[in-house]
Amino acid sequence: MKFAVVVFPGSNCDVDMFHAIQDELGEEAVFVPHSEYDLSSFDAILLPGGFSYGDYLRSGAIARFAPIMKAVQEAADEGKPVLGVCNGFQILLESGLLPGAMKQNRDVKFMCRNVKLRVENNKTMFTNQYESGESIVIPIAHGDGNYECDDTTWEEMIKNNQIVFRYDGHNPNGSKDDIAGIMNKRGNVLGMMPHPERAVDSLLGSKDGIRLFQSILILWRENHVVTS
Amino acid sequence: MSLLLEPNTLEIKDQKLYLQMGLSDEEFNKITEILGRTPNYTETGLFSVMWSEHCSYKTSKPILKNFPTNGERILQGPGEGAGIVDIDDGQAVVFKIESHNHPSAIEPYQGAATGVGGIIRDIFSMGARPIALLNSLRFGNLDTPKGKYLFEEVVAGIGGYGNCIGIPTVGGEVQFDDCYKGNPLVNAMCVGLINQEDIQKGRAKGIGNTVMYVGASTGCDGIHGATFASDELTDQSGEDRPAVQVGDPFMEKLLIEACLQLIASDALVGIQDMGAAGLTSSASEMASKAGTGIELDLDEVPQREPNMTPYEMMLSESQERMLVVIKKGREKEVIDLFKQYDLEAKAVGVVTDDKQFRLYHKGEVVADVPVDALAEDAPVYHLPSKEPAFFREMQSLEGSLPDVINCKETLIRLLKQPTIASKEWVYDQYDYMVRTSTVVAPGSDAAVLRIRGTQKALAMTTDCNSRYLYLDPETGGKIAVAEAARNIVCSGGEPLAITDGINFGNPEKPEIFWQLEQATKGISEACTLLDTPVIGGNVSLYNETNGEAIYPTPVIGMVGLIKNINQVTTQPFKTDGDLIYVIGDAQKEFGGSELQHLLYGEYEGKAPSIDLDVEVKRQNEILKAIKAQTVASAHDIAEGGFAVALAECLIDTKSLGAKVTIGKETTSELFSETQSRFIVSVHPSQKEAFEQIIQDAKCIGEVTSTDTMEITDQENNMVLRASVAELTNAWKGAIPCLLK
Repeated sequence: MKFAVVVFPGSNCDVDMFHAIQDELGEEAVFVPHSEYDLSSFDAILLPGGFSYGDYLRSGAIARFAPIMKAVQEAADEGKPVLGVCNGFQILLESGLLPGAMKQNRDVKFMCRNVKLRVENNKTMFTNQYESGESIVIPIAHGDGNYECDDTTWEEMIKNNQIVFRYDGHNPNGSKDDIAGIMNKRGNVLGMMPHPERAVDSLLGSKDGIRLFQSILILWRENHVVTS
Repeated sequence: MSLLLEPNTLEIKDQKLYLQMGLSDEEFNKITEILGRTPNYTETGLFSVMWSEHCSYKTSKPILKNFPTNGERILQGPGEGAGIVDIDDGQAVVFKIESHNHPSAIEPYQGAATGVGGIIRDIFSMGARPIALLNSLRFGNLDTPKGKYLFEEVVAGIGGYGNCIGIPTVGGEVQFDDCYKGNPLVNAMCVGLINQEDIQKGRAKGIGNTVMYVGASTGCDGIHGATFASDELTDQSGEDRPAVQVGDPFMEKLLIEACLQLIASDALVGIQDMGAAGLTSSASEMASKAGTGIELDLDEVPQREPNMTPYEMMLSESQERMLVVIKKGREKEVIDLFKQYDLEAKAVGVVTDDKQFRLYHKGEVVADVPVDALAEDAPVYHLPSKEPAFFREMQSLEGSLPDVINCKETLIRLLKQPTIASKEWVYDQYDYMVRTSTVVAPGSDAAVLRIRGTQKALAMTTDCNSRYLYLDPETGGKIAVAEAARNIVCSGGEPLAITDGINFGNPEKPEIFWQLEQATKGISEACTLLDTPVIGGNVSLYNETNGEAIYPTPVIGMVGLIKNINQVTTQPFKTDGDLIYVIGDAQKEFGGSELQHLLYGEYEGKAPSIDLDVEVKRQNEILKAIKAQTVASAHDIAEGGFAVALAECLIDTKSLGAKVTIGKETTSELFSETQSRFIVSVHPSQKEAFEQIIQDAKCIGEVTSTDTMEITDQENNMVLRASVAELTNAWKGAIPCLLK
């Protein structure tokens, strides 16, 4: 399986994402610069964390205008898995691929720590290797992770099982309804503030993130066998 | 200031305008003598920054030359952007510490942020990939709104820069004492990794080669920053706010990636960052080191605002700028390379053979001075030194035993002292995980980072207990190095080398200069015996507010090599039933201790003594025991003494406790700060092997599953009993509580 790791100016978790795929998942990962227009040769698209364009103006607000975003939109339309982590999530919100918006953390400070997440929906292409309701440990590192949306959107997301991860126990950033990760209605675009690519090697603590990537891979393999 | 309004040579001389720029009468006369004429305004500016203490080390040079700087593994000692140490397999580690104290006192967020930005540039200008940041911070106590503001903003500034640029901030130290109230210390350290074949040096070689300017454009910020850093702070220093630069970590992130790509190209001849004294220092130092000259056409320098004068351009300390020397004819490919990162590279000059530093502006020569005069010929001062009466007085005091009534309450209060308390509030704001190599996160003795693709790891720490230096600078200097090494060793690393961030008061005062002499003497001795040469660093003098000096604070940044990742050791106890050992006996030593400060509100008497031979022996043995896989956890006994160290071994374990028995003199046993001591836990199966390696380790008890810390005396009387939860709450809650 071939993963694109999209690199915006100021992305800084791109290398971590690359290693998670290449070294731990054992699949092919390729860096794709923001200036590219074509992602058609890839099976999954990863938008890594960082501070794209310095996060000047607003997190993710400038990145959404990068040429690559049109290709990301196309990949999403084709039903390919699209994962945005941290700044990648913010970019997905800014570009309208996911509903809602991100505010500054409740305590108005950047925070970096391991947090507990609850897997709310394990029937997705990103979470099929987790148990429903399972508690996992994944690190966060962000200043703007306080997710917000209007009540209509929120109700609809609940109805469609679009809330994939919630903070389990303590909500670190004040996000609405403890939301840590959401997906689109179709279920192929996931945005999350916690960093699964930082939790793939027991040497560094948690290995709970690797199953997210394995979920993508396993489902892709199944589909690939069916269609080929 | 427009060119027309600049003072002419006569005015500079007659009105002694050079004094405002920090040049003395003698220095101005020396410049006049070198040039054979009176310097013009721009030239006076060039000399004033290059001959400032910050750039020339004119008062500290005679002292710094005594540091041991050589060793088997040392590939690059002091004198370049950063020092370099061999870590086998063709790899090397590059590191340096630098202060940004004065800017942080005036504008804490930007002062701290640009301190981080500056030290990162020093590392990648050597060709290395920056992999970690550390810091060492000093503030006044958190009991005033200003004190809290400085602390909060400095931490935010460090995080703001490091988080954005994507280099993990993995360690450091923060201490609080009122001597730092008006003059906080912000020392930032960066560690980089390099393949030895890629090592770059800042040289402007090759006559006719092109000098190119890359990165951010030049603005009027930070003009005279180096001079500002070489003067005392006063209540009026706020007016110098324009001398503080503004950081743009996004720009620097692009600059790192572009420069590391450039380093892989053979078009590059030399590279140096524009740090203190900006364009002036980078250009003149590169030429001076290469034995060449440089001509710059200032009209080509990218400028942020219109009508900047040569003086302003040359003295600006705008951030995120690099100067590179490129083989003639290869300019286009460099321009294209930087364009990929939306950065501008611009040819601004050429390397010449006449050893002159010549500046053109609007077709005219506006400065023409010998490069060596700027970079090498600053006067060197051998300042008078005098032992302060205070030192004799302190040495003459017989150490007395502090009066501790309730051991438990005392321990809880010690754990709440901001210098001892958990710094989680601080490092929670730093992304310490990015680049996914942080094996040991902040909070243990040293941070540990794996080196991807190898079995190796690096341990790193910053340390300095300035209270000891205040009482006895020589002993305190030794202790600072020894403690840094203890932290590396407790993490399973072999200490490699140090970088030192020397922060002192005004050296023109003989008592301060004496402190400087004594402290560096102590550091040198410890570095020699511990085999950790000094590979670079930074000197920050004039750390005084309204005439009051800070404690002498030579921060030691140390890096160690862990040859096998499975040797990584941390401080928390691991398993109930493990045996607890203490290495080294407590003496009645309370001078400069946390207990003394807690009970009496001041520091007095003698600093704890240190025997470096004992130190070396114990460190070697502990490392040997760790390598033999006999050690479950290791922690050194530092501020607050044994009781605090034991508590730290229990916090963040999964419901473990400890039951130990201590010697007769309970106050010393619990709270003395005697040096060269450690707490080590050992699995019972390793008992014999461990005791064979460390024969004077004393087994004092064991790790329990009770979630309590119990300390009894020889007669089995309970001396101290506390639940780990209450210890944890005191230790972790203290700083958030002080900031409320």
